[in-house]
Amino acid sequence: MLAEMIQRLFERALGDGEQSAARSGEWLAALWAEIEEMGLPLALLSEDQGGFGLTAAEQGEALRLLGNLAVPLPVAETMGANRLLALAGLPLADGPAGLARADHLTLEGGILRGRVERVAWGENLACLVLAVGNTLYRVPQSGWQLAEAGSALNFHPRPTLEIAWEADALAPLLHCPLAEGATLRAHQIAGALEAALDMTLEHTATRIQFGKPLQKNQVVQHELAKLAGELACATAAASLAAEALERGDLLGVAAGSLRAREAAGNGASIALQMHGAIGFTREHKLHLYTTSLHSWRDEFGGQVFWATLLGKAAVEAGADGYWPMVTTL
Amino acid sequence: MSAIPFPAPPQDSAEVLALRSEFRAFLDAQLGHRSPRQRSDNWYGYSRDFSLAMGQAGYLGMTWSKAYGGHERSAFERYVVIEESLAYGAPVGAHWIADRQSGPSIIKFGTEEQRETILPRIAKGELAFGIGMSEPDSGSDLAATRTKAIRDGDIYRVTGTKVWTSFAHEADFVILFCRTSGTPADRHNGTSQLLVDLKNTPGLTIKPIIDLAGQHHFNEMHFEDAAVPAANLLGQEGDGWNQVMSELAFERSGPERFLSSIELMYQLIAMLQGRNDDAALATIGRLTAQLAVLRRLSRSVAAMLQNKQDAGLQAAIVKDVGAVWEQTLPDFARQLVDTEADPRSQAAYAGVLANIVHNAPSWSLRGGTREILRGIIARGLGTR
Repeated sequence: MLAEMIQRLFERALGDGEQSAARSGEWLAALWAEIEEMGLPLALLSEDQGGFGLTAAEQGEALRLLGNLAVPLPVAETMGANRLLALAGLPLADGPAGLARADHLTLEGGILRGRVERVAWGENLACLVLAVGNTLYRVPQSGWQLAEAGSALNFHPRPTLEIAWEADALAPLLHCPLAEGATLRAHQIAGALEAALDMTLEHTATRIQFGKPLQKNQVVQHELAKLAGELACATAAASLAAEALERGDLLGVAAGSLRAREAAGNGASIALQMHGAIGFTREHKLHLYTTSLHSWRDEFGGQVFWATLLGKAAVEAGADGYWPMVTTL
Repeated sequence: MSAIPFPAPPQDSAEVLALRSEFRAFLDAQLGHRSPRQRSDNWYGYSRDFSLAMGQAGYLGMTWSKAYGGHERSAFERYVVIEESLAYGAPVGAHWIADRQSGPSIIKFGTEEQRETILPRIAKGELAFGIGMSEPDSGSDLAATRTKAIRDGDIYRVTGTKVWTSFAHEADFVILFCRTSGTPADRHNGTSQLLVDLKNTPGLTIKPIIDLAGQHHFNEMHFEDAAVPAANLLGQEGDGWNQVMSELAFERSGPERFLSSIELMYQLIAMLQGRNDDAALATIGRLTAQLAVLRRLSRSVAAMLQNKQDAGLQAAIVKDVGAVWEQTLPDFARQLVDTEADPRSQAAYAGVLANIVHNAPSWSLRGGTREILRGIIARGLGTR
């Protein structure tokens, strides 16, 4: 139901022109207004919290769709930020929101100071949801200034923000924004990979070389099978991360997030190779997905951060404890 | 819209969690004395005693009807026993094939008499089965099978050769895929399956095929006008192709498709104790993430089997992705630890590494080669 509404909205209101504008860093204000009107920023909240009361499967489907439709706005981040704010009992975001873990920020004399690096659409956000140590802060737009411009591989803005804010909206940290963000990205990656598989199937069915469609070649078929495998892994990984997030298990989030990040790279490579030169252009829409996959796989803690966290726990479990640990993930 | 759906597996119930700890205690009691090198044989380990103990404790034929000696437990409870057996490196060879595919095939296609005489004995751990599919000229191309079975009154006269039959020299039965009419040119048509008693079939000779590791589990079975009772026909004469495809679906659906090298992971982790090396930790983390996701996909397949859904395509994906995991593990290990693998070494790491490196090539061959699986997946995607 929600999935259909999302699909309809973006199929109508998100075209090549909007995608192109977003790539040059332009904020799609009209589209954002429609997203808010639909209530999408509240999609991950329970009905008690004023949300939609979606099941885990429906939440995953909605988040995957945002990836599947290459939505060039921080919708997933705002959904995640609102979930954290609602859990913490803080006011919900009054517009687009960002999420970050920022342990290096300092709190002196009631003023929170420091840099938050590479925030998606940072200049256009209404608030930032930050974790510093065991505290969650809800920083309004007046609490930061642009420190440095930045861009993701998909050319969406990733500015670094300088925070200086009298901290008056804070709560004990219940859920880590980094884990929340990593889980959102895992779902988006799965959605984008599904789009990449669909496009690759379409391209290899219609592109004729040597007198037959590309996908009649076994070597092409095997690459398609590998891509389907990466998609299956990414989708399962995102669900694994989401379930772990729900029970507060960072190791499970690490496992799910890592495998999705890996699938992003592996899947993008196959899709690009199977498209040939046209996939390397902006004329074909594959690039919307591959450049996003290549961006998302490095965000909200990188591969090394999560892999070291999980690997440390695995080695500490020891030879005898390793398998029992795996069965809890 | 082309994604191949994997339903979310259910959370472990209290029964499943209890079974897991009960079964881990059973394995410790039965097998606690075995060395890492022995454990690394994984499902090539063979012990009649262990299989009898599994049967006695109710861990075989778990999902089958009690009328046939089964225990009417869920697909998930069986999954727990299977994955814990493999993770422990239990010597499951004397019941593995029977419990996984021969028994389920007999339930699906067998006569009432075949079910009543054979299934309770499998569930007790008394009967070991082998697979009778491949031939010298028919590997991946199973429909090219030549072995002939000609009906002659109360018997079939069987002539032909089967290869790669693991433990034929130890096992009691194989399900033989053969041609009951026509020629190999007829492909799928005219094929059937016969239950062949390995201990009591005049005209059958079994010869070892030694693998590159120097081990003997493969065999060649040569049938020279061998007499098999006509009552041993499994299912319908001429319906062998559909039956053998169903048997292969049972064969491909389990967690054995990514746990073959798990002992090496344990020994690698033992080698990394006390070494403060973030790059090594990150490698272990990545491998663990891959394993956790494979396990989730495999549990999705169990969920589909529980709901009587066809999971053939999903199982092919798990086997394809899983074989890459188990096969590449030695390469990751070699990037972290410098050790010359030694098949005769008593040292846990060098001995296990040798066993894994030797055996790894077989994991993307058995039960459908990587190329066959990718063809199945591609067909599922609508490419042919």
